[in-house]
Amino acid sequence: MFYIIGGVAVLSALIMVTNKKPVSAAMSLIVTMLCLSGMYVLLDAHLIAALQIIVYAGAIMVLFLFVIMLLNIQEKEGRLSGHKIFLQFAWIMLVGYIFISMVKLIGGGSLPARIEESINGFGTTKAVGEILFTDFLLPFEIASILLLAAIVGAVILAKARVD
Amino acid sequence: MVPLNHYLILSAILFTIGAVGVFTRRNALIIYMCIELMLNAVNLTFIAFSKFLNNMDGHIFAFMIMTVAAAEAAVGLAIILAIFRNRETVNVDDINLMKG
Repeated sequence: MFYIIGGVAVLSALIMVTNKKPVSAAMSLIVTMLCLSGMYVLLDAHLIAALQIIVYAGAIMVLFLFVIMLLNIQEKEGRLSGHKIFLQFAWIMLVGYIFISMVKLIGGGSLPARIEESINGFGTTKAVGEILFTDFLLPFEIASILLLAAIVGAVILAKARVD
Repeated sequence: MVPLNHYLILSAILFTIGAVGVFTRRNALIIYMCIELMLNAVNLTFIAFSKFLNNMDGHIFAFMIMTVAAAEAAVGLAIILAIFRNRETVNVDDINLMKG
């Protein structure tokens, strides 16, 4: 399982670096993020895996795609050829396969036993939250200030200039 | 059980791909994506060490890196938008205002 996910991650990262069109690069990066999320599940980091999908594949990549489409810098291209449609179909199948294998991975073994094992286990939301809100409380608060500064900075930088 | 070395090697490969992308691509957006990839590779190292040392502090570090990556993406994309509004380009070779 590790080698399948790792291979797909490296492959899609290579596609991201070599691809000409920014939108395709962003899509490949999403595949890499999903593969890394699978890695985190393999390493028992369930909370980080969920955050990886929500924050990276969800929020950050949507922001990237939004800016790419806003800037509209990609060169014009013609109608989709059969070859391209096949390629996209293959990509969709690949992403679907990753999802299925992740579901299989999580669902392996009897569910109650796994829940039992992970309640006071390693890398769950409860365990990470306990550390985060006791030992690492100050870094957590500083991170919130960092996010506030980022929000203010982004709004000021992206605001249209009114002269 | 996959040994720790394999996780570290995968992380190093991903980091190298990201670094090569930063140095070779000229589109600012793709450079940003490569930076995100490098941050992710580091995250994988943290999580792998966290698992093999049986210590969950690495998860907190990964969490903080995600926070920083989100802030960086928001501010960076705002900067790219501002540059594009002024210069009509996102090619980093054309952005040479601060070159001495």
